[in-house]
Amino acid sequence: MNEQRVPSTGELFLGFLQIGGLAFGGAVAWARQVLVESRGWLTEREYAELLGLAQVLPGPNIGNFAVMYGRRCHGLAGSLAAVGGFFLLPLCIVLALVLVWQEYGQNPWIDAFMKGVAAAAAGMALGAALKSGFKLKPPPEQIVAILVIAALAAWWRVPLGWIILVMGPICVGMALYRARRA
Amino acid sequence: MSPSPLDLLLTFCMLSLLAVGGANALAPEMHRILVDSRGWLDDATFSQLYALAQAAPGPNILSASVMGMAIGGWGGMALATIGILTPAACLAWTVAGWLEALKGAWWIKPAQAGLVPLALGLMGASGFILGDAAAAFFLAPFITAGSALFIWRSNRSPLYALLAGGMLGLGVFAIG
Repeated sequence: MNEQRVPSTGELFLGFLQIGGLAFGGAVAWARQVLVESRGWLTEREYAELLGLAQVLPGPNIGNFAVMYGRRCHGLAGSLAAVGGFFLLPLCIVLALVLVWQEYGQNPWIDAFMKGVAAAAAGMALGAALKSGFKLKPPPEQIVAILVIAALAAWWRVPLGWIILVMGPICVGMALYRARRA
Repeated sequence: MSPSPLDLLLTFCMLSLLAVGGANALAPEMHRILVDSRGWLDDATFSQLYALAQAAPGPNILSASVMGMAIGGWGGMALATIGILTPAACLAWTVAGWLEALKGAWWIKPAQAGLVPLALGLMGASGFILGDAAAAFFLAPFITAGSALFIWRSNRSPLYALLAGGMLGLGVFAIG
């Protein structure tokens, strides 16, 4: 893991607890915020590489990320700590919400507030992608690939399985070709 | 119609391995199976529960736990959660092991670097898709754009952007 600091099992648990508890509107942008920016356990590049792998596998992206990063730090104990921390708070919160929802139905004020939060959360994913992209400075062929993948997923709504099956090998192939020539 | 515990567990185990790209990619398939084919939930309950799971912090895959709770109470919730998480986690564990075993291979670093466009492209796309879904009132796209700019250009906590978004949503509701 290069020169980055390896967190202890307890720190892993707390770090992923924080990611899970904060992660309104998807955990990917929050995981970057906590792991790269506030705790500095991973570099921008390590985060994006491991995240790419987590997204190719089935299952929740940051859940997979927690399993793999936890194993890399402390084996099975690390994986369990990261995954357990990640799911603990969200599970409690969402179940509490279901109980409240079953009891009170929908309040228009809460609904209006949540709509605003949802709009801002969408911007958070966009902003995180922009920030990572400008920091990583990918080579030109990767910039094209990023735009093509975003357009396929967001504009044409191509099923994700197809995007990964087609663009995954292309992207890996381009990276291998570049590494061979260098 | 309530399913047997084993049936419930196996159904969510199967969904787990289909969830490439997380829960948002899974939603149509989950709807097809739970509502159309098994009839364990009706349409309105499914969409309300899904929205609820999205509003809560954390991974949207927990919509499975919520569905399990609606289908079979606390026991159903536990089975659905275990079912949706375990198979995918075992697969990720195995892949992480391969990664360690292959650490010395010349192609492993560049191959992983090749996955970066996938990570960034899909992250950006999810912003667009969520933004589109959230564009329920005229101010919403501006909130999305403003929040993106804030995250990109500033190092302050994203919570400020979310809170501001929520307050603006309340404001629009109070005026309109």
